[in-house]
Amino acid sequence: MTTVPRLVEGAQRPRRRKNAAGGKRLVPYLFIAPFLVLFAVFLVTPIFVALWNSLFSAQSLGLGFGGVQTVFVGLDNFIRAFVDSDFIASFGRVLLYGLVQVPVMMIFATALAMLFDSALVRGKRFFQFAVFLPYAIPGVIAALLWGFLYQPAVSPLLQGLQNLGISPDLLAPGTVLWSITNVSIWSYTGINMIILFSALQAIPREMFEAARLDGAGELRIAISIKLPMIAPAVMLTILSSIIGTLQLFNEPQVLKSVTSSISSDYTPNMAIYAASTLGKDSHLGSAMAIILGVVTLLISVVLLKSRSDSKEGVGD
Amino acid sequence: MSEARLIAAKTEKARGLRRNSSSKMVDGDRVSRGWMLVVTIAMVVAAVYFLFPVVWLLIASTKSTGELFTTNGLSFGEFHLFDNLAALGSYDGGIYWRWVLNSIIYSVFGSILTTFVCAATGYALAIYRFRGRKVILGLVMGSMLIPGTVIAQPTYVLLVSMGLNNTYAGLLLPALVYPFGVLLCYIYGQSSVPIELIEAARLDGAGEFRIFGSIGLRLMSSGLVTVLLFAFLGSWNSYMLPLLVLTDQNLMPLTVGLVGWNQSSITIPSLQILTIVGSLVSVVPIAVVFVALQRFWRSGLTAGGIRG
Repeated sequence: MTTVPRLVEGAQRPRRRKNAAGGKRLVPYLFIAPFLVLFAVFLVTPIFVALWNSLFSAQSLGLGFGGVQTVFVGLDNFIRAFVDSDFIASFGRVLLYGLVQVPVMMIFATALAMLFDSALVRGKRFFQFAVFLPYAIPGVIAALLWGFLYQPAVSPLLQGLQNLGISPDLLAPGTVLWSITNVSIWSYTGINMIILFSALQAIPREMFEAARLDGAGELRIAISIKLPMIAPAVMLTILSSIIGTLQLFNEPQVLKSVTSSISSDYTPNMAIYAASTLGKDSHLGSAMAIILGVVTLLISVVLLKSRSDSKEGVGD
Repeated sequence: MSEARLIAAKTEKARGLRRNSSSKMVDGDRVSRGWMLVVTIAMVVAAVYFLFPVVWLLIASTKSTGELFTTNGLSFGEFHLFDNLAALGSYDGGIYWRWVLNSIIYSVFGSILTTFVCAATGYALAIYRFRGRKVILGLVMGSMLIPGTVIAQPTYVLLVSMGLNNTYAGLLLPALVYPFGVLLCYIYGQSSVPIELIEAARLDGAGEFRIFGSIGLRLMSSGLVTVLLFAFLGSWNSYMLPLLVLTDQNLMPLTVGLVGWNQSSITIPSLQILTIVGSLVSVVPIAVVFVALQRFWRSGLTAGGIRG
């Protein structure tokens, strides 16, 4: 990349950037040492601690007054997690949630980004601010706010509907999942819109002029040119949204305090939390965390792979 | 969660350098009034949806507990905001401000440290060639696939065994490992620190750390702000790990404290309005800063990787 010729050691080693003198060989290691130590202690070690922890179980001695003893149980905790129908159901629940949340949010974000990119919106700054504002509010606080708006006693929304003769229960067992979906759509549409909007702004405008000369309308241009052009950005945002849905924790955990329709193992992460704290069985919690980690990893790998496959199919 | 998206935005922006903005007006010529009306209505509907909870929060914060239940949610009652703020500050010996302070310690102090660690690592990976460099880059990329919440429970188990649960360090230290930040700093370091400048500084007799401090950090500064902001947001929003690790309410960040109040408000009704006012106070400064810095972090987000 650089055109400036190397004068001294450049010929011996082909690398572009390198250490100047032998005595300074230690310097780069000093720079990365803090990160490496922290990485080893707080990212690598926890994985091994969890693996080790998941193979044991705390069992009480005698009649229960004797204290507890930690015994090796092999894969028992994993078997317990797999036969725990509530834990398995929690995966189904977040999958169902993701099937609705991701498409609705992405359609919403894409449509808004397209409109902001067109010349159709007056007062663009204000509307962009409105759409983006929720992202500046922590997910937990957003869930708190919507929690109030879901309660008939304080919600102006439900009060208004009641005046019209409709009184939906947004916190019932059948509806609460969609109430959670609404909170995360509200929170994350803004950031996705911004990312897709900057992708749209990056398309060379000449392409549209050429299409117009060929007689294409604005809608046609949006569907046939803009959408395919931002497809890679859309795919990546979808990918990270799907991974995010598996980790669902904050919103249901917060809403749990205003409704009994959310059990303590409503999502995989909530089950992990409940097992580790309420159930006082961090061994089971570790086994569940490993299962969730493996499932997440498998899904990301499959999605990444299918993405690169479909790219090849198009002939990129 | 938004990390992969950042990269998407970056690649898109790189393409955008070729963009010609002079043709913007052509769009305008084609706009029909009917469509404009439809779009404006759609925008108003969207804005109402996104602003509604915030507007409700502003109005509800000015009410007394009684008015919260007796008056319409979108109309003002008597103005109790200052009473509520006073009650917020004095409840339980001023625990709320303690939580604010804790959140600031975890987020401000934590994100500055995180950015420094990321900057040093990314700079070294970009500037030096050393044995094991490729391995470390691979580790950084690979570990980005591990979501923070999956690692939360194992981290909790580790912290308990180290005796670091219920300490500031227990929450600060794990947050310092931020592989995405390292990757960003690596990209910024590669694109914005010219090797010629570093060699010139070496000839002038500057030491490697001095070069990093006075040249590297300065040239990478716009990218570092992006890392700082994302690290800050990450720990400000963090909930699962503090919930697991902290049981001492004097150490809790705002998020955990406020949700605790919300849970207790079932038995202590006066906590309901305090939760609402507390949410407002926690949201306003962050929203103002975030929106004010919008241009800055947005440009960092989209253009940071291709500068220089």
